Amino acid sequence: MSLLPKSRKARRRLMAVAVAAPILAAGAFLSVYAIGDGAVFFYTPAQAKAKHVPSGRTVRIGGLVERGSVAKGPDGLVSFTVTDKIATDKVEFRGDLPDLFREGQGVVTQGAYRADGVFVAKEVLAKHDERYMPKEVADALKKSGQWRPDATVSSTAPMVGGSMNR
Amino acid sequence: MIAELGAFALVLALVLSVAQSGLSFAARRTHDAALRGAGEGAALAAFGAVAVAFFSLMTAFVTSDFSVANVANNSHTDKPLLYKVAAVWGSHEGSMLLWDLALTGFGAAVVLAGRRLPVGLKALTVGVQGLLGLVFIAYTAFASNPFVRLAHPPVEGASLNPILQDPFLAIHPPFLYSGYVGFSVVFSLSVAVLIEGRADAAFARWVRPWALAAWSLLTIGITLGSFWAYYELGWGGWWFWDPVENASFMPWLVGAALLHSSIVTEKRGALAGWTVFLGVAAFSFSMLGAFLVRSGILTSVHAFAVDPKRGAILLGILAVAAGSALSLFAWRAPLLKAGGLFAPISREGALVINNLFLATAALTVMAGTLYPLIYQAATGQPLSVGAPWFNLTFAPLMTAVLILLPAGTLLSWKRADLAGAVQRLWAAGLLALGAGIGVFALQNAKGAFAAIGIALGVWLIAGAATELAVRIRLFRAPVKEVLNRLTGLPRGAFGMTLAHVGVGVFVLGACVETGWRVEAAQALKLGDTVQVGAYSLSLTDVTQAEGPNYSAERATVRIKGPQGDSVLYPERRFYPANRQTVSQVAIETHGPSDLYVVFGERREGTEPSWLIRAYWNPWARMIFGGPLLMALGGLVSLSDRRLRLAAGAKARAAAGARA
Repeated sequence: MSLLPKSRKARRRLMAVAVAAPILAAGAFLSVYAIGDGAVFFYTPAQAKAKHVPSGRTVRIGGLVERGSVAKGPDGLVSFTVTDKIATDKVEFRGDLPDLFREGQGVVTQGAYRADGVFVAKEVLAKHDERYMPKEVADALKKSGQWRPDATVSSTAPMVGGSMNR
Repeated sequence: MIAELGAFALVLALVLSVAQSGLSFAARRTHDAALRGAGEGAALAAFGAVAVAFFSLMTAFVTSDFSVANVANNSHTDKPLLYKVAAVWGSHEGSMLLWDLALTGFGAAVVLAGRRLPVGLKALTVGVQGLLGLVFIAYTAFASNPFVRLAHPPVEGASLNPILQDPFLAIHPPFLYSGYVGFSVVFSLSVAVLIEGRADAAFARWVRPWALAAWSLLTIGITLGSFWAYYELGWGGWWFWDPVENASFMPWLVGAALLHSSIVTEKRGALAGWTVFLGVAAFSFSMLGAFLVRSGILTSVHAFAVDPKRGAILLGILAVAAGSALSLFAWRAPLLKAGGLFAPISREGALVINNLFLATAALTVMAGTLYPLIYQAATGQPLSVGAPWFNLTFAPLMTAVLILLPAGTLLSWKRADLAGAVQRLWAAGLLALGAGIGVFALQNAKGAFAAIGIALGVWLIAGAATELAVRIRLFRAPVKEVLNRLTGLPRGAFGMTLAHVGVGVFVLGACVETGWRVEAAQALKLGDTVQVGAYSLSLTDVTQAEGPNYSAERATVRIKGPQGDSVLYPERRFYPANRQTVSQVAIETHGPSDLYVVFGERREGTEPSWLIRAYWNPWARMIFGGPLLMALGGLVSLSDRRLRLAAGAKARAAAGARA
């Protein structure tokens, strides 16, 4: 009569699956659904231009901070240029720059392009190590043949390779 | 000499770990008490040897012996003593030594505290713990040795990163590692049970105290780290869904699931296989975390910079340890006796739901953490998964399980009356709905989510109180009986109430802080004023101040607020040894809320100005207080008479690991 299996053990197993499946499915569904909003792609300025990243979409732009490009306004607005030696992006950021932000060094910023092409950063990430070169920036520079490892090592580097950068 | 002594002790510990597992496994085969005793002796000696190595490194740091590479890289003569000591675990190599100390410490604790364990099972547990000790000590000695000497020692060290020179961060790793590594005992016990092919209620009684201890310590460790990030990084945030944070959060979630499933196994003999599986999974996640943090494979704001080769070795350790334990599980788990039957609506059923949600949540956190790795490996396109993703996946799952939580605690074992449980919660439900609707009516833009969060927090706290009231028959029985029942309650009951109230407190704090935080950032000249919330802040003075190993610009910020006037002194500290500037946030607490002021960069102009950022973080302290209540709940449960024998062991283990 009943569709349910006869043995107690099998019924219990069926019950376990019936309870577990919707919860796991909900987790999987949410994960896939949210990836559209939650995944933030990383580009260098040249890659972003090649991909025609639409304005308003949250992305990460990384590269080197061009020397002499940092301008700090009195109202807390900072602007600087990020370059991958092929293309450049003007970046605007309102807030306190990380303590390790330096001209000529690697940086990763997260934000979105404005309609006029200026990248409005909501976050500026710089690792807590002054010799730090963000991995994505290093990889991108290597790929484009612009990688000069010595150029990124500051002359003030400790005598022995530092092992710590939390 | 001290570095050589440390290196020697470390290799000695390695040999002792080999002896520990070899002798213990042989003892299990031959049932020879002498071999078993020798294996246990080796476990104690291994702990002693790692302790010698650890204190040798500490001595090198305290005496600023820059001929040791690790000391030269992470210390400086000017540094205060506390940070010389904390620098021992400030680097990758030193923190691996701390990991080994915790691992062998817990091994020794099993020997000392596990007298009640059946001898065969105990020998196997000590043996497996010895194998874990073997791989991690070998990794430390051969791939991350902190005792390497320099041919040309520098005159001065490179010092510890100044943002790590902080009292909370100094004690954060010992707690965190005791928690991470505490799960190794659960792992070893689970593997031992799989080898024996027998898991009964007694197994759950042994697993539970260790899981409680490890989970409570991990909770404290994560909370300290989060609090440090909150006030030291100067971003005002407390959780960033950063890969490194997720690395500690995954074992925490699995550990929480384990705490609950072991109750079912202990009380009803059911879910034994699942509890064993979680025992294996918790430490596997700890090892996954170690790999993620130390391989440099993920871009994170706070990871150790380590060359990829070392990461590959850790991945190998993870694959072998977790892989063989899981294979063993697949092979032996069918031997474990299926436990007693229960109806879906019962305490057991509620705990199964809890476990399903916590496990699913752990899986989603893992998916979000590993997705960028897999995606980049497959397509070459780097990407990151940030807070929005986790908010959309993790938060709904947790909200669902937290709504069910109070009802679950009111269900009885075997077969329960859901209507009765819901009926008892009418007051809590009404209170929660009232709070939610009240907040919604007064909302600002973010009010809708915050209202749900507040209703949930009130529901959890009121639900936990209701459960306690039902147990002691408050208002239903004469006062004398109520008092009798209250004093007669096992500690575990109070532990549960505390922990669940802690969850509610955390949810309240997190939602109020997120929904009603006020932020202001402005460049101020001397005498200028900025308004944040109900407070008006004026920059009246900027002076120079000297610290032990830094020089600082100190701002005097006068505050006018509803509670009167006060002064805060945020600083910008320059550490010459690192050539690094660090903001020292000034915080004024108002009950559970914080007024948080960051002194930023100087901007040149006709008159100089300074960037001042200020936050009003309402109920922020509850974000950290809630988890501490959870940890306290865990420790109170641990002191339960029913677990006392095992509990003493755990306390000793914790003390050993922290030493």
